[in-house]
Amino acid sequence: MTDLGSSPGSGAPAQIKAVPVRHPGRWVAAVVLAVLGAMLVHTLVFARVKRGTKSQTRFGWDVVHQYLFSQQILNGLWLTLELTLVAMAIGIGGGVLLAVMRLSPNPLVSGASWLYIWFFRGTPVLVQLLFWANLSYLFPQPTGISIGIPFGPTFHHYNANDLVTPFVAAIIGLGFNEAAYMAEIVRAGILSVDEGQSEAAQSLGMTRATTMRRIVLPQAMRVIIPPTGNETISMLKTTSLASVVPLTELTYASELISARTFQTIPMYLTASLWYLFVTSILTFGQYYLERYFARGSARQLPPTPLQRFVRMVTRSHPDVPPREKLSDVVIVQRSPGVGP
Amino acid sequence: MTVPMVLAEGVHKRFGLLEVLKGIDLSVNRGDVMVILGPSGSGKSTFLRCINHLEKIEAGRLSVDGELVGYREHGGKLHELHDRDVCRKRAEIGMVFQRFNLFPHMTALDNIVEAPLRVKGESKAIVAKRAAELLDRVGLADKRDAYPRQLSGGQQQRVAIARALAMQPKLMLFDEPTSALDPELVGDVLDVMRSLAEDGMTMIVVTHEIGFAREVGDQLVFMDGGVVVESGPPREVLANPKHERTKAFLSKVL
Repeated sequence: MTDLGSSPGSGAPAQIKAVPVRHPGRWVAAVVLAVLGAMLVHTLVFARVKRGTKSQTRFGWDVVHQYLFSQQILNGLWLTLELTLVAMAIGIGGGVLLAVMRLSPNPLVSGASWLYIWFFRGTPVLVQLLFWANLSYLFPQPTGISIGIPFGPTFHHYNANDLVTPFVAAIIGLGFNEAAYMAEIVRAGILSVDEGQSEAAQSLGMTRATTMRRIVLPQAMRVIIPPTGNETISMLKTTSLASVVPLTELTYASELISARTFQTIPMYLTASLWYLFVTSILTFGQYYLERYFARGSARQLPPTPLQRFVRMVTRSHPDVPPREKLSDVVIVQRSPGVGP
Repeated sequence: MTVPMVLAEGVHKRFGLLEVLKGIDLSVNRGDVMVILGPSGSGKSTFLRCINHLEKIEAGRLSVDGELVGYREHGGKLHELHDRDVCRKRAEIGMVFQRFNLFPHMTALDNIVEAPLRVKGESKAIVAKRAAELLDRVGLADKRDAYPRQLSGGQQQRVAIARALAMQPKLMLFDEPTSALDPELVGDVLDVMRSLAEDGMTMIVVTHEIGFAREVGDQLVFMDGGVVVESGPPREVLANPKHERTKAFLSKVL
């Protein structure tokens, strides 16, 4: 019998001590990156310039600091969050509806969905926002927007500007546009679910609606969530277009301050820091959402960042270099307790 | 004379220009096991799917337990059934698929209780109790909280059988239930099916398992090219096939 070195009688094989391959290219790259990084840090943080009579950091961090938590900026941030949340809710709800309509066997229903997506994807969202904001041009007083029978009598009149306030115009504009994009994302998710799933559900007597809600959509979520996270982050920043409606959301709020103080760059930095912060939170949330909907599709769920951290801390010993740890594992595998 | 559980008279099915079923006549008595053999593309799976209206038939009559599949006869005319009624009838027929089609986002137990809860609106306690008994019956009592991906093919198929049985069907359809399984896992699934047959369940089984057909089947049907070529008691048909096509097929399978 060939000795594969696994029998305990022969003892553990001597550990290989070889000269590692040198990577001079890596060292050069590291030095270049380090120099570039130092330049970036210098200009970003330490470099000071003279503006008028006083000296300031190049990026005006003291101004950023001054306004980061100012009431005006926080109000703008709050409005941005509200717009993102409501517009995405409309977008996701509308998207699911449009996707299901698009897959309907009724040509009228699927055609209507196709037309909607064609129109709202085909025109700029900025134009759509301006359209909703100027709805009173189409429905001027005294008749305004009226409810009634087409070509027949009307029952009730609304003032277009009372009905469509700037906030309403913004959420309708952003939400309706988003629904068109979400519809395609949801449709891709639904199509990704194996047809055998709906057949099995139908053979158990489930209706089309129950099959969609209980069987197809939960599985489609795995495909739907990553691009939806993308859309949410994208929406967070697209809300800055609502300044045309006009709404004083985060970007417009910082523009208003810079118009007063002439600190243009620091004010945009202030807004950007908040966008970055919220995006980070959203990214984090998406991870957990994906993990939740991965149940059943993966044999073992990936560890959460917290679990990963705990494992890292409990496993590694700062005193023991990694190579020693590897040999530990080898010794455990060749436990002398087994064998003759 | 009692009404047969399944009665097919001149059933035709076409996919576009391709005629898959060219007039199927057969009947399955209550409590009987019919085994359908045949080469792939002979229309046996399609016929099975017609029985619970997953496919619509173009001509002929097909009835389950004395009621037409997918239609209602009223005043000498056929009326299409409402979706709701089609679903209600499907709920009385269990189906087991070649590729199991368990719901991957639900545990074994949830797969089984889903339809009784959502379709029949039964109480949670009753359904949970029945599901536990069914899991025990298919030998998977310890796998109730496992997701399908964590089960072997044979285990998945047995959960799928339990899922169909949870609806307390009067007829079970098996569409090549063991074709996707490793040879050593086939036995467990066939054992479950055999015990079902012994309990008097009416079953139609599309399979290539000749041994199962011989031992468990009450009637064997050989299909080819969308027609029933030969049928009769399994032992007779398998021992003395009358038709050339049957002989040729069996010589390759046996």
